[in-house]
Amino acid sequence: MEDTLTIAGHPIRSRFFLGTGKFSSYAVMKESIVHSGAHIITVALRRVDQAGTQENIADFIPKDCILMANTSGARNADEAVRIARLSRAMGCGDWIKIEVIPDNKYLLPDNAETIRATEILAKEGFIVMPYIAPDLADARRLVNAGAASVMPLGAPIGTNRGIQTREMLRILIEEIDLPIVVDAGLGRPSHAADAMEMGADAVLVNTAVAVADNPPLIARAFSLAVQAGRQAFLAGPGAEKTCADASSPLTGFLR
Amino acid sequence: MSGNSFYDQVVHWEQAGLTERIAAARENDVLRALEKDSCDEHDFLALVSPAAAPHLEAMARKSRALTLAQFGKVIFLYAPLYLANICDNECVYCGFRHSNRISRKKLSPEEAVREARVIAASGIRHVLVLTGESRVATPVSYIAECISRIKPFFTSISIEIYSLTTAEYVELAAAGADGMTMYQETYNEALYRSLHLKGPKTDYRGRLESPERACRAGMRSIGVGALQGLDDFRRDGFFTGLHAAWLQDTFPDVEIGVSLPRIQPQVGGYTSRCAVTDRDFVQLLTALRIFLPRASMTVSTRERVEFRRNLIGLGVTRLSAGSRTEVGGYSQADNSEGQFSIADTSTVDDVKAMVEGSGYQPVFKDWQML
Repeated sequence: MEDTLTIAGHPIRSRFFLGTGKFSSYAVMKESIVHSGAHIITVALRRVDQAGTQENIADFIPKDCILMANTSGARNADEAVRIARLSRAMGCGDWIKIEVIPDNKYLLPDNAETIRATEILAKEGFIVMPYIAPDLADARRLVNAGAASVMPLGAPIGTNRGIQTREMLRILIEEIDLPIVVDAGLGRPSHAADAMEMGADAVLVNTAVAVADNPPLIARAFSLAVQAGRQAFLAGPGAEKTCADASSPLTGFLR
Repeated sequence: MSGNSFYDQVVHWEQAGLTERIAAARENDVLRALEKDSCDEHDFLALVSPAAAPHLEAMARKSRALTLAQFGKVIFLYAPLYLANICDNECVYCGFRHSNRISRKKLSPEEAVREARVIAASGIRHVLVLTGESRVATPVSYIAECISRIKPFFTSISIEIYSLTTAEYVELAAAGADGMTMYQETYNEALYRSLHLKGPKTDYRGRLESPERACRAGMRSIGVGALQGLDDFRRDGFFTGLHAAWLQDTFPDVEIGVSLPRIQPQVGGYTSRCAVTDRDFVQLLTALRIFLPRASMTVSTRERVEFRRNLIGLGVTRLSAGSRTEVGGYSQADNSEGQFSIADTSTVDDVKAMVEGSGYQPVFKDWQML
């Protein structure tokens, strides 16, 4: 069965996206990317260094991947827009993940500023992937603003707590026609499978891979879990029930 | 925690008998704090108390796990750049104090650029600009000019200079500074007065509130700390954490960090009256991490290389590298005395190798000037 994820007209090889922060070395990061099979790789522009004398993180992203810069460090829409423009000027392409985080304690995003940045950058031709706290009205605003996908959080960044925003995610998956990429908080492959079984179009993981004892191995495990979750979703699993249901005691008389 | 100034918090805790409360903390308070997902200031008090000392390994495990989750396996590297050592203050523990007979020096903006060039060639992209306190010799306009001249060499510039007004912080932010560090030295107001004998730095409250002014001026990152060894480390450590937490709550869009400078020998021979052992240091560091999972934590080259190596993985996120604390120390042969003795004389490459050898990634760039 043909089942290709398409974002802004681009076919995407894998529904597992990988972030590049927090790894113990660029070599481990690169090996993890390869093992993950990920096609979309996010990189914080604040870490990209084309002018310095040290190694540049962007040089370790395989050339056949889509490098999607993120606006980590932006506190408002204006800063996100400036980071995105810098990213394009530095040769990082048109894919941009908008992160506007004015809260350094919980790292929760500012949806209103994210929508404002999306509006500006989409008009400038960026492929905009906004990271938000799941909210239906805001997701609809992002659709109207020209977003290429919506990236709601499963749990706060780095918490590895799995899907804590289930009901909100379920509503976004049902109501929003853009690809829904569950981003942040997924700590185990089973969390990723869970998101995919719910009908998410893709997931993005960083911390859970980067800080594992064996990042390349868990990257592969995440990738397989995403595939399994997607296939389970497509297969239409049977409904869950809380008790056994062997007969039809109420309507049996109709036979 | 709220209020118009962190000073109110200091007064509150002193009136509440902080010293006695630290001494009275019980083992059960520590165990409860270690079980929690997030700690309040009462839990933090227990973690810096003598009652927590037997639980150092458990604190280290928790601190390590929190640091890994928040920062991953990376250590950020930076270097200091001293513009001048001319100082009007009489801080009894400082090598730059006014009455010390040392060679006084101030870099011209051109000399500052030469220093910047050498630092940048070593791979460093984040620099911390420092001066002594002399509004005549090193006015804000001079510091602003130096910052704007060295800006092309770095991706982030922080300042650790004398206390400024909000408008002056705005001026330096406009010149290119995006971060500010201010050590209160000690939060003990009476002790502070006895250690700072002359000069503008005698204004305890003015210094205490300068991070607040820098936040209001739009600085992106703020670092606070006490010079460990001046007062009981448990008291000053507690106030350091409380100060960082108050700033984090009051200015949520600013990245807050803490530093743990420990007093070192310097010209003038001040002897610490409250020695801080390595065990004390680790207790404080891990307690701070458990209380402030998101705060960056800096340990400078004041500490020995072996000790710094062991702290990687316990909660530290930032290390200085290849540091010279003399004015002109990077590019001039006949440089002046340093502000303090550095214990880790490793080069940037040495520190990079040490971080890599510990299974961590040394990160040189973590901001892009906008």
